[in-house]
Amino acid sequence: MTDPALLELRDVHVRFRGRRGAVAQAVDGVDLDVRAGEVLALVGESGCGKTTLARTILGLERPVEGEVRFDGSPLEYGNDWLRRYRRKVQMVFQDPTGALNPRQTIYESVAEGLRIQKVPGREEALVAEALSRSGLRPPERFFALFPYEVSGGQRQRVVIAGAMILEPELLVADEPVSSLDASVRGEILQLMLGLVRETGIAILVVTHDLGLAWNIADRVAVMYLGRIVEQGPTEQLLSAPHHPYTKALLSVVPEVERLEQQILEGETPDPTRIPSGCRFHPRCPLVQSGEAARLGIEERCRTEDPAELRSVPGTADGSGHVAACHAVG
Amino acid sequence: MSTPLLLDVRDLHVTYPSGGGVPAVRGVSFQLERGETLGVAGESGCGKSTLAGALLRLLPPGTEVSGEVLLDGENVLTMREDRLRAVRWTELAVVFQGALHTLNPVKRVGWQIEEAITTHERGIPRSELRGRVAELLETVGIPGRRAVDYPHQLSGGQRQRVLIALALACSPHLLIADEPTTALDVMVQAQVLRLLEDLQRDLGLAVVFITHDLSTLAAVCRRLLVMYAGRVVEDGPSDEVFGSPKHPYTAALAAAFPIIGDARFRMAPSGLPGDPPDPRHLPSGCTFHPRCSVARPECASRAVELWPAGEGRRAACVQVLDEVPT
Repeated sequence: MTDPALLELRDVHVRFRGRRGAVAQAVDGVDLDVRAGEVLALVGESGCGKTTLARTILGLERPVEGEVRFDGSPLEYGNDWLRRYRRKVQMVFQDPTGALNPRQTIYESVAEGLRIQKVPGREEALVAEALSRSGLRPPERFFALFPYEVSGGQRQRVVIAGAMILEPELLVADEPVSSLDASVRGEILQLMLGLVRETGIAILVVTHDLGLAWNIADRVAVMYLGRIVEQGPTEQLLSAPHHPYTKALLSVVPEVERLEQQILEGETPDPTRIPSGCRFHPRCPLVQSGEAARLGIEERCRTEDPAELRSVPGTADGSGHVAACHAVG
Repeated sequence: MSTPLLLDVRDLHVTYPSGGGVPAVRGVSFQLERGETLGVAGESGCGKSTLAGALLRLLPPGTEVSGEVLLDGENVLTMREDRLRAVRWTELAVVFQGALHTLNPVKRVGWQIEEAITTHERGIPRSELRGRVAELLETVGIPGRRAVDYPHQLSGGQRQRVLIALALACSPHLLIADEPTTALDVMVQAQVLRLLEDLQRDLGLAVVFITHDLSTLAAVCRRLLVMYAGRVVEDGPSDEVFGSPKHPYTAALAAAFPIIGDARFRMAPSGLPGDPPDPRHLPSGCTFHPRCSVARPECASRAVELWPAGEGRRAACVQVLDEVPT
C-alpha cells in the first residue's frame, strides 16, 4: 500500500433481519479504502447495498463482522464518540428538501452543526464563509430565507455548506445530484470538485451514474448485491472494464455509443437470496452466451464464490484495477 | 399533404389559475406523423408535463388552454366529453412515471387491464378478456400468470411494464410517455426503453417521449424538441440536435450528461449558472439570456422566435441569424 488510507473497510458485513426471519446480506464482505483528498465513486443499482455501506461508514449501521477504521482507529459506537466522529465525517443526502428542516432558516440550518459540535469562533462569520464557499453569494442575502424560498440547486448548496462548515475530512454524498435538474447538476459537481481542490477533503460519492464518476471521481468501485465486484482508477475502469456487470452497466449508458448494448435480464436478486457461486452468474452474459463454458470456468461460476478481487491482466500491479470474476486472471 | 398528420399541435398556450395565472406553456406548435417518435426535452418547470396534460386534456379545472391539438384532424381541446373518453386509450394513451402511484394498490393488475379494455369495448366474453390480458402482459415481457398479482408483488420495472400494457390495452395509435423510466434503475431503464422501441416498431405506434434526459431521447427518438420556459427553443433531427446544438441551452443540456471516455468531460462537470426561471417572473427578451454564456446586449430585450437553422432544424437564438445567408 502506497499511502495509508483515511477510511478503511475490512471485510465488512451488515445484515438485516427481514420479515419471516429472512436475513438480508445487505453488505456482504466489503474491503474498501478512501484516501485523503480523493473522490471515490461507489457505483451500483438500487438494492446493491451502497446506501447501507454509506450508512455504515457514518456509524449509523454497525457491521456484524469486519471493521471500519478512520485515521487508523476503528469506529466506536458510543454517542460521544460518534458526535466527535461526525465532525470529521459528514453526509450529504440525495434530496436536499428532505434534509433541511422546513421551519428553520438557512442560517439556522447551516449553523446547526457548529452548535452541536460546540465549535468556538464567531458563528455568523463561519456561516457566511460556508455559504459563500458553496456558491451562495452574498451569503447574508440567504441568512433569513427558508428552504422553500430557494431553488433545488441552492438547497443542495445549503446542505453542502452545512456539512462543510465543520471542515470535515470526509464527505459521504449519497446521489447528491440525482434529484436536481440537468443544468444544475454540473454546477453542484463543480462545487464538489472545487471543495476537494481547495480544502483537500475526500469525497465518497454513492451513485448509480457512471457519467458522474467520469466527471469527478479519481477512482470507481462497482457494487453488486453486497459486494464490490470491480474497482480501479476511473479512466482505466471505465475505458477497459473487466467485470461483466461493469461492462453491462457501461453499455446501457446512452452516452457510450461505441459499445453494443448488453441489457441484462431480470433485476438484481433479493439480498435474502444471494445466488450460489458467483452471485452474478444467473444474469451474467458470459455464462448465458456460453463464453464461460468455452473458457472452462462455468462450473466454477455456478459453485465457487469469487470472493477475492484480483488484479486485471495488463495493468501495472500498483494500479489497483481489480475485479472479482473467474474470467479475470 | 400526402399522409395525414397523426398529431398537429398549433400555438398551444396553457395557463394555470393559481396566483394570478402561471403561463406554463406559451405557444407551442409541432407535428407528428404516424409511427414517428418525438422527444420532448426540458427541465422541471419548462412546461413539458403540462404539454402532455394538454394533449390528453388532463389538466386541473380552471386551467386556461388555447390553440389546437388536432388528433387525426379532430381537436382534442374542444371535443365533447363522451368523444374524449372514447379517444383516450383507443387513440392516444399515456405512460407516466411513478408506476406505484398510478396503479390501484388493492386491485390485481390483470383486473386493472381488463377494466381498461371493458370501459371501451362492452360484451367481451370472460375467457377472451383473460386471454387478451395475458397476451398484453406477454407483449411487455411479463408472464401472463402474473395477472393475478397485486402491484406490490411486482418489482418497479415490472410495474412500469404493467403501465405500458395498460396503455396498449385499446391499441392506441399514439403513446405519450412522460418520464417513463425516471424512477428506474439504469439496467431496468434500458429494458423499458428497448421495450418501447420494439413496440413502436412492431405496432407502428407513434410515441411522444418526454424527459429531462437529452441523451436518452437522442438514443430513442428520431426528432427532438427542446423546451425552455414554456416554449420550444430548438427542434430538429435528434442526432443533430444532440450532436451539434444550435441553441446554447440545448448545448448546456447535452453537456450535462458527459460522454464517458471523452477527455473534455473528464474532471470537468459542465452546468449552467442559475436556475430555470419561475414561470410567473419570466426574464424579458430571450427568457434564457440571464443564464446564457454567449448572450448579447440585445438578448435582454429582443423577442426570439424559432428561426430556421439548417435542414429540418429551427432554433430560437439570435445566433442562428448570423449563419443564414441573406
